[in-house]
Amino acid sequence: MAAVGIAAGGGNWFSALALGVTLLKCLLIPTYHSTDFEVHRNWLAITHSLPVSQWYYEATSEWTLDYPPFFAWFEYALSHVAKYFDQEMLNVHNLNYSSSRTLLFQRFSVIFTDVLFVYAVHECCKCIDGKKAGKELTEKPKFILSVLLLWNFGLLIVDHIHFQYNGFLFGLMLLSVARLFQKRHMEGAFLFAVLLHFKHIYLYVAPAYGVYLLRSYCFTANKPDGSVRWNSFSFVRLISLGLVVFLVSALSLGPFLALNQLPQVLSRLFPFKRGLCHAYWAPNFWALYNALDKVLSVIGLKLKLLDPNKIPKASMTSGLVQQFQHTVLPSVTPLATLICTLMAILPSVFCLWFKPQGPRGFLRCLILCALSSFLFGWHVHEKAILLAVLPMSLLSVGKAGDASIFLILSTTGHYSLFPLLFTAPELPIKILLMLLFTIYSISSLKTLFRKEKPLFNWMETFYLLGLGPLEVFCEFIFPFTSWKLKYPFIPLLLTSVYCAVGITYAWFKLYVSVLTDPPVGKTKKQ
Amino acid sequence: MEKWNLMAVVVLLGLTVRWTVSLNSYSGAGKPPMFGDYEAQRHWQEITFNLPVKQCAKFINPDWIALHSSRGYESQSHKLFMRTTVLIADLLIYIPAVILYCCCLKEISTKKKIANVLCILLYPGLILIDYGHFQYNSVSLGFALWGVLGVSCDWDLLGSLAFCLAINYKQMELYHSLPFFCFLLGKCFKKGLKGEGFVLLIKLSCTVVASFILCWLPFFTEREQTLQVLRRLFPVDRGLFEDKVANIWCSFSIFLKIKDILPRHIQIIISFCFTLLSLLPACIKLTLQPSPRGFRFTLVSCALSFFLFSFQVHEKSILLVSLPVCLVLSEIPFMSTWFLLVSTFSMLPLLLKDELLIPSVVTTMAFFIACATSFSIFEKTSEEELQLKSFSISVRKYLPCFTFLPRIIQYLFLISVITMALLTLITVTLEPPQKLPDLFSVLICFLSCLNFLFFLVYFNIIIMWDSKNGRNQKKTN
Repeated sequence: MAAVGIAAGGGNWFSALALGVTLLKCLLIPTYHSTDFEVHRNWLAITHSLPVSQWYYEATSEWTLDYPPFFAWFEYALSHVAKYFDQEMLNVHNLNYSSSRTLLFQRFSVIFTDVLFVYAVHECCKCIDGKKAGKELTEKPKFILSVLLLWNFGLLIVDHIHFQYNGFLFGLMLLSVARLFQKRHMEGAFLFAVLLHFKHIYLYVAPAYGVYLLRSYCFTANKPDGSVRWNSFSFVRLISLGLVVFLVSALSLGPFLALNQLPQVLSRLFPFKRGLCHAYWAPNFWALYNALDKVLSVIGLKLKLLDPNKIPKASMTSGLVQQFQHTVLPSVTPLATLICTLMAILPSVFCLWFKPQGPRGFLRCLILCALSSFLFGWHVHEKAILLAVLPMSLLSVGKAGDASIFLILSTTGHYSLFPLLFTAPELPIKILLMLLFTIYSISSLKTLFRKEKPLFNWMETFYLLGLGPLEVFCEFIFPFTSWKLKYPFIPLLLTSVYCAVGITYAWFKLYVSVLTDPPVGKTKKQ
Repeated sequence: MEKWNLMAVVVLLGLTVRWTVSLNSYSGAGKPPMFGDYEAQRHWQEITFNLPVKQCAKFINPDWIALHSSRGYESQSHKLFMRTTVLIADLLIYIPAVILYCCCLKEISTKKKIANVLCILLYPGLILIDYGHFQYNSVSLGFALWGVLGVSCDWDLLGSLAFCLAINYKQMELYHSLPFFCFLLGKCFKKGLKGEGFVLLIKLSCTVVASFILCWLPFFTEREQTLQVLRRLFPVDRGLFEDKVANIWCSFSIFLKIKDILPRHIQIIISFCFTLLSLLPACIKLTLQPSPRGFRFTLVSCALSFFLFSFQVHEKSILLVSLPVCLVLSEIPFMSTWFLLVSTFSMLPLLLKDELLIPSVVTTMAFFIACATSFSIFEKTSEEELQLKSFSISVRKYLPCFTFLPRIIQYLFLISVITMALLTLITVTLEPPQKLPDLFSVLICFLSCLNFLFFLVYFNIIIMWDSKNGRNQKKTN
């Protein structure tokens, strides 16, 4: 009895947290799921019923396979379990098939694969030093980090309600980050290479990995002032890294290269025919750009500076994804976004090269790469904000400045995910969970850093509090006004623009803190 | 972390669990012509709205309550409306009572108080019945809890007013009425019947009578109407028990079919006698030595006696016992957690009928984990912590080797949990044999009944043996 007591009551808070959130995920099974549910069912069917050579050509359903091959193999593995739940879901022609057993299987597969995420969080907690901590368990950085990651609002609603498999993918990413913190660079590189071939969106952060591994792993020593010591370059390490990446890519793309299908695969992976913005504008720079364009065009029309006949009729904020032209400001091409993204990434990458600060510096560069790509990328999904929020959690328990940036980023980022769940029964869930996470994160980080200056200035507090009235207006007041019929896109536009301001501000603040940080010689050993 | 932020997080967690459970099916979903409790509540809204007409609910969709034509009305938006009403009632009445109760607990750290709130809010039985099966128990239980709070903190009038509201909301609360009566009477006696006590007695009687009159005023217009209401409230015509319930009569009828052997009025008399006998000792003790602690334990034992021996008991009535047990969670965490698990298990046949298997399993596990981590229940199984010290000392006067009580209890707990888990598994996976289609429900009821009998004995022991040290222990109240 005592042994059970120690296990259950005494020390294992981590298991209790992990188990608790898993139970919550089970309760979310009957919630609304988006078309992503059908997407994954379709991929189960494709990979199960068709030979490999047809995977990237199959187009019975509109939801064609557009993730890299490892994910396809993952779906193939899942399909072998799926057949014990409901054989019918594996039929390619059963479009929109969602029997209760299918739902159960899919939901449980997400919950089950999250075990990798739990393991990664466990490893990340080991990388946090808890010297600052008080005696109280709930004030230890490890505890706070575990809650911030395991109970992350964005991940919960995107994975377990909207339906996606981000849990184990972020698990891979956090695990590779943890390995880099633990100086196990080869493993970190290997895990990241594997991750890239599961979901290519992680290319956003590839520059950070590339530069860090080159600078801090291939060059084995630094000069006393922190700059690179050219003669410490290790060819062996470079070759082994290259080999790892090459082998992983060969394993992934090899079969398709052999079948001469590489161009088809790449065209599925990078569909540039879609518009600048997703149906609901991700709260990035282009959302602000579009909003400005709209405002200017309205002003221009009122002041009779523009000819109404020359303005295209289609509205960018309707539910369709399409190519689009701006009216007043210059139109944006994919190339332009690429250049903007590269220009935004460059300073942080340079910092990583010239002022390496060990794994912490790498993590900041990673977050900046993710954020910059989010802000300036082409056809960005609002879910991509999680790429920046989750790694930022690791930094938030270290320094007060980082905690403040994390709170602004996560609160606005999470709020920007609200339009994903637009059904009435899910409204209380998203509000309750958002309040839960926000109150906990702000309160615990404030308590952790209570000896330093306050986390928010008056402007930031005002901005964050403004999210409340915004939500009340968009979901409770607007639907009952007469504008709903004339301008149905206003809530989405307001949400997107308001959050874009917050996210851009957080990006800017993080950049400033990275660029103004003293170089490694003057900082404490990481 | 500051206290109120942590409390807010706990309450939000409780609310989230409640709402996610409410996304599931409800009682009688899609099962005409009887449907279930959900349709019952909708029907009552239909009746009270239409006869006589009230202006208040006109702005809500009239289709939901159109007289006669809305029988069996089921739609997504209506379900949302009904579920929202339960949540709002809960938020306004039950949850504030729980928070206030836990904040008033003495000699416990703030963290433990908040953990207590979490455990009470996560109690699966109430969540599953109110938000799954669909009922409004949180209103009556909330009012009863306000009553307990008031009476324990010496706000006797407010407490009794709240309790009267509880009874007039749901007559099942009469299970709790005897302890209230005895406790308040005991207080009056203690203050002296010649002075303050008499004044208090008068004030209490007036409050009770006034609140009853206020609630029943519209129905006092005719004698026949009052009688009809009483007949509906206390349906003695429906028999000793209905369906399968974990009380004595149902379990006894496995061996001997009482319902068929004895005539109706003999059944009523027997059940009345047994109920009275089993609750009398505790109530007398409470009248002679009123204390908030004794009051709480007497609430448990009284409600449990009623549940086990009374007439026409439904399995949901176990919630009336669970509420007082939640209140003593901080004093005897191990036994309370055990009881609350059994109480949820006893309702399993009902929950399976409503297709609430996953929410039941998940909420039960969440509750168990919350209690285990908050109270370290497995480390609190010594004699003293089980409140059995005085009892054991008395027994050891006759049997010096009686030291194995905690051991026995631990083993019983293990056996109980294992059988509950096994039986749940069997009920879900296997089909019952053809000749005994109700085998699994009967087994569940029988097992739960055995557990409840054990708890009845246990709680009565605590109450009766508490007197020996009542005057010595300063920290009982």
